[in-house]
Amino acid sequence: MLKMESVSKSYNHRSGTVTALDDANVQIDQGEYVSVVGPSGSGKSTLLLAMGGMLSPTSGKVLFNELSIYDLSPDRRARLRRENIGFVFQTFNLVPYLTAQENVQVPLFLASVGEAEQVERAADLLGRVGLADRLHHKPSELSVGEQQRVALARVLANDPKVILADEPTGNLDPETSAQIIEFFDDLNREGRTIVMVTHDPHAAERAKRVMRLVGGAIQADEAASTRSMPSIGNVG
Amino acid sequence: MRLRKLVWREMFERKNQLATSFVAILLGIAAVVSIKNITFYSQKAVARELDALGANILVLPKSVSIQDYYSADMQGEEFPEEYVMRLVMSDLQGLDNLSPKLSMPVEVQGRKFTLTGILPKSEFQAKAMWAGAGIFTRPAEGCGEMGEVPDAFKPPVKETLVRQTVIDDLGSSEVLVGADVASLLGVKAQDSVEVMGKQFTVIALLPQTGTVDDSRIFAHLHTVQDLAGKEPVINAIEIVGCCNEISAGLVEKINKLLPDAKVVTVQQVVQTQINTNRMMSRLSMVFIGIIVLVGGASIANYMYANVYERRREIGTLMALGAGSSVILKMFLLKALLLGLVSGISGYILGTALAVVLGPRLAGIPVMPMPMLVLWAVALSVAISLVASCLPARSAARLDPCATLQEQ
Repeated sequence: MLKMESVSKSYNHRSGTVTALDDANVQIDQGEYVSVVGPSGSGKSTLLLAMGGMLSPTSGKVLFNELSIYDLSPDRRARLRRENIGFVFQTFNLVPYLTAQENVQVPLFLASVGEAEQVERAADLLGRVGLADRLHHKPSELSVGEQQRVALARVLANDPKVILADEPTGNLDPETSAQIIEFFDDLNREGRTIVMVTHDPHAAERAKRVMRLVGGAIQADEAASTRSMPSIGNVG
Repeated sequence: MRLRKLVWREMFERKNQLATSFVAILLGIAAVVSIKNITFYSQKAVARELDALGANILVLPKSVSIQDYYSADMQGEEFPEEYVMRLVMSDLQGLDNLSPKLSMPVEVQGRKFTLTGILPKSEFQAKAMWAGAGIFTRPAEGCGEMGEVPDAFKPPVKETLVRQTVIDDLGSSEVLVGADVASLLGVKAQDSVEVMGKQFTVIALLPQTGTVDDSRIFAHLHTVQDLAGKEPVINAIEIVGCCNEISAGLVEKINKLLPDAKVVTVQQVVQTQINTNRMMSRLSMVFIGIIVLVGGASIANYMYANVYERRREIGTLMALGAGSSVILKMFLLKALLLGLVSGISGYILGTALAVVLGPRLAGIPVMPMPMLVLWAVALSVAISLVASCLPARSAARLDPCATLQEQ
């Protein structure tokens, strides 16, 4: 489903070139639950964004269902994201001036869904994450845990096949983290592919496959347990 | 959720910053609207005053000079009255008023006066209508019909009319008398007076002007022609022409139409009017320039700050699948709304200022001009959109990654 072929990403700074991703080769199949771990600055977020069509690599190819996404036009790529990929951020990135319900409506609006349907689906999704009574609250009126649940509802709005999460529990207390992780398990059970960058060992161990990045290179890529077998992922 | 709602909600979320830009453009538009509004009415007032001073174009027989015309009570040369109809029926633009005149010396109660025949306006209209033409329904831009001027500029009643070139109505046995005539003869309005064996009713006394008009008796042109035993002839046609049209060659056009007559402009009169109008329009151009620069800079600055402040939001929207066109539209729609709202508010404020300040500063009454709302909105929206173009484009080209990785 998702495939990276010799993907490198380097940035030119005044002090010299920084390599954020070094010749990464990854293949992730549909329905997989992969956690990406590694020290800070090891290129985890870069890997995630490159996978999601948000960051054009310096070299190499990223394929989504055999389609080379960086050969697409930016607008076509935006559509691919809209239809297939959901992002979850550590800082939730809710739109601060919109209510919970309106935040969930945003991806539906971007997909040109009619307004009545937007409202209905957003309410359903928020109900699903346990926020049926918080529809009209703005992010600033919600706890961090609730904010992340709104972000999860938003991700689900367009029913994505792949969810890319960047430290989704990074800003949460252990109890709320556990709830969020529970949701990710559910989403994976529904057949969605999940790639989650995390520092949280509890979160990482729920994944079926763990990928370790060090200095922009994939150091290890292995099954987290014997419950399932990972597909082939080359060690960069 | 629609784009409009998204934009609207965002505008209210950060209304303090928005207010600065809004006020900048609002004040600018208000200033320009009030200047334009006052200018329009002051031009009317100027035109009105100059019109009261007299005609600015004279059509005279070939051999007569303008000095002759003004220095002497009358001159002997004549040309056919039909020239008036030629002008009325022509397609010339900018002829605001026409006044054909025929003067002759008369003796009344042993004193010498000048009897001047004039054609009242009602006859032109009747003729023009009969002929299917409409010289008085053809106002040229910038001059306007005197009749359109509201309240304070009501067409002068006969009593206040000095050298007003067109009189609305005058019967065949009615006369208007100059101030000297009135005092020398001791007549007042509604008195009867005999001129050349014909009885006339004095319908109004003209106020003192210090000109030859004070010793004139005005009667209907055709009555004077009959009394003088003349064909339909006249000595002169006084024309109030529109200044812009005069500078665009009205005189040459009249000359062409009436090759046997002499057409002269009262240069000074025309020049004053042209200069005043030019000064006013330059002043408003200067203000437009300032508002474009200050308002535009303020909006551009605000928009850049707004894009910078919202880069994470923009990155998020892109991650959720917004293409660059959505982001571009988001900022341009905001600029459009800002332009619309400040244009309309600027029009309202500017009109209120003009109506309140016009009479105090310029000494002229000013009425609201609804047409200016379109103008104000167009200017304000244009400034807002142009100033927001670059910031909006920079937002659409933002690297979503860079914005999302700034934790």
